[in-house]
Amino acid sequence: MGSLVLSGLFMAVLGVALAGVLAYASRRLYVYEDPRIDEVEALLPKSNCGACGTAGCRNFAEKVVAGEVIPAQCTVNAPAQNSVIADLLGVDAGSVEKRVARLACAGGRHVAYLRARYAGHVSCRAAAVVSGGGKDCAWGCLGLADCAEVCNFDAIHMDAHGLPVVGADRCTACNDCVEVCPKGLFSLEPISRKLWVACRNLADGDTAEASCEVACTACGKCVMDSKPGVMRLENNLAVIDYAQNARAAKAAIERCPTGAIVWFDNPNTPVKGAEARKILRQNELPLISA
Amino acid sequence: MKLLSYFRGEAFQRGVHPPSCKLTADRPIRRLPFAPRLVVPLSQHIGKPSRPIVRVGEEVVRGQPIAEANGWLSVPQHAPATGVVEAIELRPSARGPWTESIVIRVYEASTQEVLWGAPQDLDAFPPQDIILAVQRTGMVGLGGAAFPSHAKLSVPEGASVETLVVNGCECEPYLTCDHRMMVEHARDLMVGIRHAMRATGASRAIIGVEDNKPEAAAAMRAALPPGGNVFVEEVPTKYPQGSEKMLITALFGVEVPSGKLPLSLGMIVNNVGTLAALGRLLPAGQGLVERVVTVTGPGVGRPGDYRVPLGTPLSFVLDYAGAPASVANDSRQVILGGPMMGQAIASLDVPVTKGVSGVLVFRGEDMAAREGRRTYPCIKCGECVESCPMGLNPSMLGMLALRREYDAMGGQYHLGDCFECGCCTWICPSNIPLVQQFRVAKQILREKAAA
Repeated sequence: MGSLVLSGLFMAVLGVALAGVLAYASRRLYVYEDPRIDEVEALLPKSNCGACGTAGCRNFAEKVVAGEVIPAQCTVNAPAQNSVIADLLGVDAGSVEKRVARLACAGGRHVAYLRARYAGHVSCRAAAVVSGGGKDCAWGCLGLADCAEVCNFDAIHMDAHGLPVVGADRCTACNDCVEVCPKGLFSLEPISRKLWVACRNLADGDTAEASCEVACTACGKCVMDSKPGVMRLENNLAVIDYAQNARAAKAAIERCPTGAIVWFDNPNTPVKGAEARKILRQNELPLISA
Repeated sequence: MKLLSYFRGEAFQRGVHPPSCKLTADRPIRRLPFAPRLVVPLSQHIGKPSRPIVRVGEEVVRGQPIAEANGWLSVPQHAPATGVVEAIELRPSARGPWTESIVIRVYEASTQEVLWGAPQDLDAFPPQDIILAVQRTGMVGLGGAAFPSHAKLSVPEGASVETLVVNGCECEPYLTCDHRMMVEHARDLMVGIRHAMRATGASRAIIGVEDNKPEAAAAMRAALPPGGNVFVEEVPTKYPQGSEKMLITALFGVEVPSGKLPLSLGMIVNNVGTLAALGRLLPAGQGLVERVVTVTGPGVGRPGDYRVPLGTPLSFVLDYAGAPASVANDSRQVILGGPMMGQAIASLDVPVTKGVSGVLVFRGEDMAAREGRRTYPCIKCGECVESCPMGLNPSMLGMLALRREYDAMGGQYHLGDCFECGCCTWICPSNIPLVQQFRVAKQILREKAAA
């Protein structure tokens, strides 16, 4: 009986002693962390997408509390949610212009010719290393949906002709599609940029048009129709100088013969000019041989 | 050579035995005429693209340098035929992206004689001058990797080379260009080996040949120089023995450590085709203007090994070899290189470059059996693990690739050791395109490392 009491006592004393050590250690090794970091993190979307430029939501919360970034930098949250964060911290939410991913290609299967049919691992990346993927235009979209698959926000879906369509309201400009596209066709553009060249083909006009009906042939009409300095021709391609974006006008697209130069009236749907060739075909084009 | 055999194990571990299909093994190499236009890409090698030194409209003669090396890891290009430079512009390449190329319109009276070059006495050259002479030939690894030969032959400070391993395995099915080079140009090969040994300081050279090419081994044994420091060793046939690490294991029973080069074991490996070409070009002071290409496969009417001027469009090669370019792309498949590691191509407008060892044509009926096969989930049978010569776990790597876990593939599962031999994909009963997934993963890891 005595030994039972003794061992019980021993365990109790040991427990108290170790508790003391733990209590001391927790004081001694205490690291102060701003409690607001947790509060801010709770208000963030926790998608860890990286669109804000930090390494995930926790890192963003730390930086917001430290005043290094503004709350509006989070493109996934609704603006109202970001103002809640701003109010919590007593800072201005600020504003960041919304950016969306845009595809510099309009060559769906109904307008762009194939050289060969790709069979194998269904992925643009895998197809691109097999002789470029079989599309006659070496710069064009392969349409195997790597971007749609990688998008965490369901902002990209493939249309009937195998081209990705970006839903501007869902797009958070996280850069994932930009990184995954083997042809480098995506870029993140502020929505105020309405003028857009939906082509990257560097071949001469005739060759480009022979491989895709909506290719930029570098005819130069858009350059002539826009204010000086807004557009120029470079390597058989029309190029927009976005530093001059304020002076860009819809007139630039009106005479484009193929419809490669487009205008985003609303950020979801590009509009072609009046003289652009009408594409009525819905079916896939045949292979061109030799 | 008994001593070597004593240390040697049974070739290397794992690997596969695909049907060899060497249809063209006993046909002599034939010459191809000039195409009306030749397209010489400035980037046919690993490293920086060459810099053109001719202008549009300039006349060039066969063998004349038309582009110079741009830095150390780069090689010059030489005019493959006499003619006029018609354009320097973007042209389609076999890999897909258009690349800067020099287009030469060939004079109809152009002869096969090389009209440029100054004979040189290499035995009087110190080793570093031999390396420079190798760079001037524009030579790259003709086995397919197209790595500049002078860079491979130069031994970095602090390292030393004892053995020059000469790779005559040609383990890819169908290909026979190295085989024919060994049979017909054994003498050139010995000259090339002599200069390569002097350049690297190697005291012996060992030619590794697979035992399915006895006449190649015999031809080379007959041409061996006196002195007894060049040996011909036959190794049991197995794929992928043509990989330098596998060949070293087969010859010496040692393994090249992961992430290291054969140089760490005092060895340098060169392809027989490369050294035979060097043996011909170096003493003559000429540049690389043509290479031997195996044109074969069930879709080719006159299969054979052809000596093809670099820059010849594939459509011309196929027309000549009896696989008309006019046949629709839909009904056949054209592969550059061997069937295991080669790449299918989309357009016949692309030129033959220094790294092209074979052109294979399969007809629709040959492909039908494969096309019908769909991909099933991995059944964890372990066949791929049993076949991977590098001892990786392709099954696990494939599952990680589907989840985009690229960092784990590169780190924990050593994807960097994979050299894309295709054994795992060839043997997979579920028909999973493993190597394709690995190529994508390696590409993404390279991009991440560069960023």
